[in-house]
Amino acid sequence: MTLARHVGAAIVAAVVIWVLTVQLSPFRDYQLADIAVYVVAIAGLTVLIGLSGQISLGNGAFMAIGAYATALLQMHLNWPLWALFPASAAIAAVAGVAVGAAAARLHGPYLAGATLLLAVALPSFATQFPGVFGGDQGLSVTVTTPAALGAAFPPTRWLAWINVGTALIVLVLLANLAHSRIGRSWRAIRDDETAAALAGLNVARLRILAFVVSAACAGLAGAMLAVWSSQVSPGAFTVTLSIALLTGAVIGGLGSLAGALWGSLVIVLVPTYVTDVATSHGLSGTVAANIPVAVYGVVLIAVMLIFPEGIQGGLRRFWGITPPAATTPLARLTLRRRPPASEHQEEGTS
Amino acid sequence: MNRKHRLRLFALAAAVTAAALVAAGCSSSSSSPSSGAATASAPGITATQILIGSHQPLTGPAAPGYSEIAPASNAYFQYVNAHGGIYGRKIKYTYLDDAYDPSKTTSVVHQLVLQDSVYAIFNGLGTPTHLSVVSYLNSSKVPDLFVASGCACWNNPSAYPYTFGYQTDYIREGKILGSYIKQHYAGKKIGYFYQNDEFGQDGVKGLNYEIPHSQVVSQQSYVPTNVNVGPQVAALKTAGAQVVVLFAIPAFVALFKLTSLKLSYSPTLAASNVGTDPSTLAGLLEAFAKQGGATVSGNALTQGIITDYYLPSVGNTGNSWITLFKKIHDTYIPKLPFDGNVLYGMAVAYAFVQAMMKAGKNPTRAALVNAINGGLPQGPAVAPFAYSATNHSGVTGVYIGSIQNGVLVQQGSVLVTDDTPTGAVTTFTGAEQTAPASGMP
Repeated sequence: MTLARHVGAAIVAAVVIWVLTVQLSPFRDYQLADIAVYVVAIAGLTVLIGLSGQISLGNGAFMAIGAYATALLQMHLNWPLWALFPASAAIAAVAGVAVGAAAARLHGPYLAGATLLLAVALPSFATQFPGVFGGDQGLSVTVTTPAALGAAFPPTRWLAWINVGTALIVLVLLANLAHSRIGRSWRAIRDDETAAALAGLNVARLRILAFVVSAACAGLAGAMLAVWSSQVSPGAFTVTLSIALLTGAVIGGLGSLAGALWGSLVIVLVPTYVTDVATSHGLSGTVAANIPVAVYGVVLIAVMLIFPEGIQGGLRRFWGITPPAATTPLARLTLRRRPPASEHQEEGTS
Repeated sequence: MNRKHRLRLFALAAAVTAAALVAAGCSSSSSSPSSGAATASAPGITATQILIGSHQPLTGPAAPGYSEIAPASNAYFQYVNAHGGIYGRKIKYTYLDDAYDPSKTTSVVHQLVLQDSVYAIFNGLGTPTHLSVVSYLNSSKVPDLFVASGCACWNNPSAYPYTFGYQTDYIREGKILGSYIKQHYAGKKIGYFYQNDEFGQDGVKGLNYEIPHSQVVSQQSYVPTNVNVGPQVAALKTAGAQVVVLFAIPAFVALFKLTSLKLSYSPTLAASNVGTDPSTLAGLLEAFAKQGGATVSGNALTQGIITDYYLPSVGNTGNSWITLFKKIHDTYIPKLPFDGNVLYGMAVAYAFVQAMMKAGKNPTRAALVNAINGGLPQGPAVAPFAYSATNHSGVTGVYIGSIQNGVLVQQGSVLVTDDTPTGAVTTFTGAEQTAPASGMP
């Protein structure tokens, strides 16, 4: 029943977005494709944090793995797009197994620190081995719009279709997973690990599984990012990206997948929109370049003050919808498991 | 916070969001290219305006010095606008920050092309950054003029018919620097220190065409994201390099100099003009030394660095171009220093105006490309452009100079060459041009 409901919702969303992509300008299509990248990455993180109660500051690194996998597979083996996406997700998932196996022993700030290490270290591989990864320059990825769509078809609409379609599939899969036996088990270990273990759940295996799912989502998002920007370079996968993903998940609301959508909208649209406003009001380029960072910070503070449970939590409260039973303990738990304040401060300095 | 209060806050937030969305909608609809005027001959061109865009490092590692370039270009455009514009149209120049990060460049350039509908991308700065958008611009048939990078890769008219270089490419520059070193430092041990991307690799290619391999004792590279150059400097010192040739951005020329001082190593330095604008370099040296708790004189440390340039030196006050650009600088951007970056920004803007005048009264995008394919007068540059239908390289030569008391001093005449392994380095025999009295091409 839940499967049918999720698929139905996805089909409705697909139709709405299809109409949108046709109506919107090519640049809005391009932004839509960008938002879809973040939806996938943040949805994966939401599952990890919101359901299994673990944290990761390293999902930007898994995105890098997916993105470079896409570029390398296309460059050397000439794989088609439909094969690149699952392959990149699978490769990132394998990396997720390795990290997850280590991470399953760690909690709270220790887990945050270990995953942060990954986010800091991994991008420098690209510059250490320029022969394979193309150094700072990175590698290029080519996407060709199918000839069947006609020569006048805007390439950005095709990008939007690919990325939004992928994002919808991921959301359906994750929504089902969350409602499945595995999702319930994750909630059980999140709420009380000891009780869950006593009830016969394999806590370590479940924690690793959550890590793998979130890494696969990040890897897929990386592949989508590579296709979207038609290149992969280490500059895209700095620590800032990992923190932006976490920020998006928290702003959107950790309790639900819909939160991933709100978080992505804030992350993608606020900086572009503010730059537009700043430049159109005649501010010098140097000043305009720095304003988005400041406004982004203000938006973060404002959202957290107005909606302590994220935008989705705030919307639920506004419409008087009682949050699902899971959300209330979750809010308590995520507060407890939230990384120490010092990690949040890094957004300002990086 | 009670429920009523919270509701009010939410309503406020909702109102702000709604206003933002409405404004966003307006901005996208107002920028559609065809506003119906009879003379709107191409996207970005209306009866009264020519809209062009660029990606520039206004923040990030390449910002010191380079962030002055776009404001300087804009100052020249304002001067042109105040003197009748281009066939009556005013130039509007929108430059966005990409922080010298290729992944940001793609999104910024999509925004300029798709949302703002610029007529052309002008002077996009950086090799790694611009490489990430060059295919996109050419497949979208957007003129991609005068890339602010000397990568030989812009000269590829069959793959990139819409892309043109401007400054002397790094292969030519490497060849000319190399031939100077071969003549003046025969038998000395030579080392290289270069940025490990197309910029440095092209430069090294040019150097190797001229300098005998037996003389080169060590080749060290760096990546701009790693500011620790100690290992490279130590390796050059160990190899006993007496002359070090640098293909590096200003920050890394400064880091190299300071690190070599720390290691008591003082080879003769020869460097690409990319990294040797005297005042930028002196400023960086002083700033970096201060961070390390030391006080140095920037001008003392840059003294004697051998370099090259394709524009007249800003210290050459008798030059008509320097006089013109100094006048524009003092009127429009008096707060910026009058240095090599400002000079460059104005010179490349001058070339753009030349091309637009040649493209005709109501140019299409293709007309602009055809105009440049027909060749441009060299303007402020010291050597002619290579532009033709089959060659999209910019300036074909440089003069050698050295930094003396914080000013670039020309030594000898202008040298020209091509970007092939065997093409000879020869003395340029043509005349340099003088600036028109009106300041307009």
